Amino acid sequence: MSVAPPLLAVEGLTKSYGGIHAVRGVSFSLRSGEILALIGPNGAGKSTCFDMLNGQNTPDSGHVRLLGEETTGKKPRDIWRMGVGRTFQITATFATMTVRENVQVALISHGKQLFNLWGSAPDVDRAEAGRLLELVGMGGYADRPCGELAYGDLKRLELAVALANDPKLLLMDEPTAGMAPRERVELMRLTAQIAKEKSIGVLFTEHDMDVVFEHADRIIVLNRGTLIAEGSPAEVRGNPQVQAIYLGEGLLYEAGHREGASA
Amino acid sequence: MAFYVVQFLTGLASAASLFLVASGLSIIFGVTRIVNFAHGAFYMIGAYIAFTLTERFSGAFGFWGGVVAAALAVALIGVLVEMVLLRRIYHAPELFQLLGTFGLTLMVEDLVVLIWGPDDLVGRRAPGFKGAVDFFGQNIPSYDLFLIVLGPVVLGILWLLFQRTRWGVLVRAATQDRDMVAALGVNQKWLFTSVFAVGVFLAALGGALQIPRDAVHHAMDLRIIVEVFVVVVIGGLGSIVGAFVAAVLVSELNAFGILIFPKISIILVFLVMAVVLIVRPWGLFGKPEAAARKTPGLTVNPWRPLTSNERLASLAALVIAAMLPLFAGNYALTVGSEIAIFVIFAVSLHFLMSVGGLASFGHAAYFGLGAYGVAFLAKMAGLPMIVCLLLGPLLGCMGAAVFGFFAVQLSGVYFAMLTLAFAQIVWSIAFQWVSVTGGDNGILGVWPASWAASPSHFYWLALGVAALVTIALRIAVFSPFGYALRATRDSVLRSEAVGINAKRIQWTAFVIAGTTAGIGGALFAYLKGSVFPDNLGISLSVDALVMVLLGGVETVSGGVVGAIVYKALNIWLVSQTDLSKLVLGGFIVLIVVVFPKGIVGMLEILAQRRRKSSPPGSSLLAKPIESAE
Amino acid sequence: MRARNYFVGAAFALLAAGMGHSAVAEDIKIGEINSYSLLPSFTEPYRKGWQLAVEEINASGGINGKKLVVVSKDDGGKPADAQTAANELVSSEGVAMLTGTFLSNIGLAVSDFANQKKVFFLAAEPLTDAVTWAKGNKYTFRLRPSNYMQAAMLVEAASKLPAKRWATIAPNYEYGQSAVAVFKKLMSEKRPDIQWVDEQWPPQGKIDAGPVVQAVAQANPEAILNVTFGPDLVKLVREGNTRGLFKGREVVSFLTGEPEYLDPLKDETPEGWIVTGYPWYSIKTPEHDAFLKAYQAKYNDYPRLGSIVGYQTIKAAAAILTKAGSTDTDKMIAAAEGLSMPSPFGEITFRKIDHQSTLGAFVGKTAQKDGKGVMVDSSYKKGADYLPSDAEVEKLRPKD
Repeated sequence: MSVAPPLLAVEGLTKSYGGIHAVRGVSFSLRSGEILALIGPNGAGKSTCFDMLNGQNTPDSGHVRLLGEETTGKKPRDIWRMGVGRTFQITATFATMTVRENVQVALISHGKQLFNLWGSAPDVDRAEAGRLLELVGMGGYADRPCGELAYGDLKRLELAVALANDPKLLLMDEPTAGMAPRERVELMRLTAQIAKEKSIGVLFTEHDMDVVFEHADRIIVLNRGTLIAEGSPAEVRGNPQVQAIYLGEGLLYEAGHREGASA
Repeated sequence: MAFYVVQFLTGLASAASLFLVASGLSIIFGVTRIVNFAHGAFYMIGAYIAFTLTERFSGAFGFWGGVVAAALAVALIGVLVEMVLLRRIYHAPELFQLLGTFGLTLMVEDLVVLIWGPDDLVGRRAPGFKGAVDFFGQNIPSYDLFLIVLGPVVLGILWLLFQRTRWGVLVRAATQDRDMVAALGVNQKWLFTSVFAVGVFLAALGGALQIPRDAVHHAMDLRIIVEVFVVVVIGGLGSIVGAFVAAVLVSELNAFGILIFPKISIILVFLVMAVVLIVRPWGLFGKPEAAARKTPGLTVNPWRPLTSNERLASLAALVIAAMLPLFAGNYALTVGSEIAIFVIFAVSLHFLMSVGGLASFGHAAYFGLGAYGVAFLAKMAGLPMIVCLLLGPLLGCMGAAVFGFFAVQLSGVYFAMLTLAFAQIVWSIAFQWVSVTGGDNGILGVWPASWAASPSHFYWLALGVAALVTIALRIAVFSPFGYALRATRDSVLRSEAVGINAKRIQWTAFVIAGTTAGIGGALFAYLKGSVFPDNLGISLSVDALVMVLLGGVETVSGGVVGAIVYKALNIWLVSQTDLSKLVLGGFIVLIVVVFPKGIVGMLEILAQRRRKSSPPGSSLLAKPIESAE
Repeated sequence: MRARNYFVGAAFALLAAGMGHSAVAEDIKIGEINSYSLLPSFTEPYRKGWQLAVEEINASGGINGKKLVVVSKDDGGKPADAQTAANELVSSEGVAMLTGTFLSNIGLAVSDFANQKKVFFLAAEPLTDAVTWAKGNKYTFRLRPSNYMQAAMLVEAASKLPAKRWATIAPNYEYGQSAVAVFKKLMSEKRPDIQWVDEQWPPQGKIDAGPVVQAVAQANPEAILNVTFGPDLVKLVREGNTRGLFKGREVVSFLTGEPEYLDPLKDETPEGWIVTGYPWYSIKTPEHDAFLKAYQAKYNDYPRLGSIVGYQTIKAAAAILTKAGSTDTDKMIAAAEGLSMPSPFGEITFRKIDHQSTLGAFVGKTAQKDGKGVMVDSSYKKGADYLPSDAEVEKLRPKD
């Protein structure tokens, strides 16, 4: 009897552009319910790595498996159908539709109703959409045009949309970018809470070290395309290699830490 | 051998004027994102003014001075148009500017006849370039040689202008990323006006330089505008070098194409454009567009289905419309039928354009295919009317399935141009394949069966089908599919990330829209009793665009209202005045300026204002939003 | 919702406005349709022509004492719009008959409409043979000499030329195609020794004249048949002159002698082309003198061929109505069949067999005079002499 495969298993992921290795031999795994942060300085290959997980980019070599099933080479929409929700660094929503309709679209897609030309969409999964919005604290905004939302609310809406297909895995690219510190904490707390409740694995990239160290169960660190450290927040914080990389940013980190602590 | 060299040089000479006009269009589009339909009109005015000036002032100075002065004068007109008209509508929905410039074009076509008279005008030959140069027994007009040199010279000047001046740097930056330039604190107003002036100057210069070769007449604009769009798209929007290469390519294809297939020049450029767009969607020298950002300030009111009161009111309107035969004569009923058919046509495009965000410039192809489908079935297979009506639109459906598959791989203006190319190809086939389609003489005698022959019966039929189609498409808008389609319109990235195959959704929408247009075409064939290549022509496609834009592209009911207003007005004006283009064009320009969101869009805004002044407690959301219209 | 009601209402109001007028009982109304906005260079003189005719008819007592009124509509060059106009004229204006049209496809569309609605239609200008033959019907008559007739007139002159190698240049649509086809057929019958060495089909209105001229020159024909007209002709002539295409070659050309197309050429007018046309300055017949005098007195302008067509169309309509003594369609058809009447070009007859009038055309040669294009050595060709035998016509025309 074999051991059940991990939720996400990444093996030897490699991608190069014109002879320059953007990502080289990156391997890691992620369990259900675990919150894993992917960090590294600018140009470390985080985005390339992330895009290869969500299907927007194809690796030169290596594998990405979700519960043992290969996802490399699949399109984003097919990976989504395998149970992977995602949010974007710059939010992508349906700007001319209401908040509820945004969620309903995802639910319609999940329910394979996309080519239903006859039903009444406003009534499709209305309750479920409301429930998801309540979950992320957007219940009161359901009828607002999405284009009118504040940025933090858009991020929360994206989270609700990402949860619509009952995902096993959430991929969040800089989930708190562009948000006020207080909102960041709230959003990540919410995410962590949902992840634990529903036993969803979360992989996120992040610049804000407060967010990372406070919410991640585990952290992996990329530098120049290779994985240089992996472990619990404490282990990674103590890693001399990581400290060397972040030396230049250390001051910022300290400052941010203090600010966050006082908040 | 000498012959081929001369043929090549002749092609180059034709390329020069095409390049001038195309580069102007390309620059304007690159910076302002305006699809300047009036570019051909500026070209034509350039020729007319140059004609007047060169006739009045003699000698070499008179001629060349006249040509340049004409181009400058037209550039001034361009500045005026930009400041008075376009400035007001930069923030209007995409393509609304097309409507404005279309209105201008209509006006200009009538105005030049009023000012310069109906006769074709033949201007002077260029002093110093009247004869021909002998090249191994072949004659090359010396004016051709002048043009061959002029093309690269203008290209060089433009290149210097763009590479070596601050203005040029700004223009290039704006072409790449409009928002960035705005962020840099550049005075956009000034930049846009100057770009428009330069673009118009080039168009007018291109027109003025035609004087020694061409006749000046009131249809010059239409003759060039489509070809220029083709050149700009093949070359890559915003690319001057691309415009040059594409102009040469198109002209040489023409020059050599006629040696092998004399009859194919009518279709050749569109075949090339279709191939280029399929293989290299952003043109030979263009760059893939950065992910489209919504125009800032563009908010759309959420759509919602009609409330039960509104449904009752719609029904009442329909019942009133159905009672028309009780008090109207045959002519009014036939006009009513025609309007109903155009409602079908407009709502089909509206579905694709407003709901799907895909503005087709060739939607008449599917309307016309439906009409031809009926004509083939009725005349060749001799099937009864009801069968023809049911099966005829399938030709539109099939056409949409094939062309739509390729078209939805593209987006924005590239999508528009590919649909235009397909429509022109279909048109050319209908026009050329005389043995099957009857060519431009069409297929006659497609009259309705006796049960539908009387004007009132046919009116009820057309009205009934129009109502059914409108209701069906409304249901589709608020169906899960409609939501998915709107989702792909708003953000392809997000829709793919929630498992939506955007291309397939859009393709389906294209087929639905094409089939619906085909239904309209099928009825149209019976209304008119005949089918002509016109039924798939550019002007009909433009009519459809105008109807949707006029009604309001961001609204649900824009198609219906736009079709009724535009068609009724059009028929009435054509019947009442010979200057119908001038009046209709003026009306369109007025609408564009006064109602930049279209007629229904404007009504929504009015309704919202009224609601805002109503007592508190009636919140915005508690009341039915007018956008549900 | 209010909005929609409003617009539906407005549309109906517009419709109702169109239905408002009804014919004054004493007047006889004729409906007239032409491509006024698309082809002003032809239709402006045409309009002047028929207005003159209306004035003359009413000045001399109208039609059996009733005043003649012409209601004119623009079709914008679109067959579908022409049918809308035809419908308006018949259903709402209550005209006795339809007249006019220029483009062949519009002529056919209105002719088919007339056949369907059982309305009398007198086609003024459309040249396609189909109007009276392949798609002819009992309700449709035509004034102008058809494509076939003009080709036959030109062939008569062309076949006498020594040239054996011929090239053709024609606009790529039905008119151009059938003009070339008929010309080739008739020419080859008379001159089996002829070779056709090249054909060019520039799109109508979009000729790329340089390459076309070059290609024809390369084929080195001894003679050229041209069917282009309007702005295309101007471009062709200019390029041809510059590149020496016409030097040492005979050119036979449809319509080029009509002032509409010849006058714009001014000092570019090529010498010695054999053309059909209308040399108003050299026609010395009493009928034409009378017309010319009246026209110049009224408009202070010289007539174009369009003026003749417009004038004679309404004159013919009036003659038919007068003879029929009624606006009943069948009576008008009976009256029109075989009816002879005077025209500025002499007496013409509407043939019973195919409803074609025997109006002819002038064939002559182009020349330059004081920097202007003129037709010289012209002679009038009677239409009746250039039509196929009755037996052939019977075969061409569907039975009513």
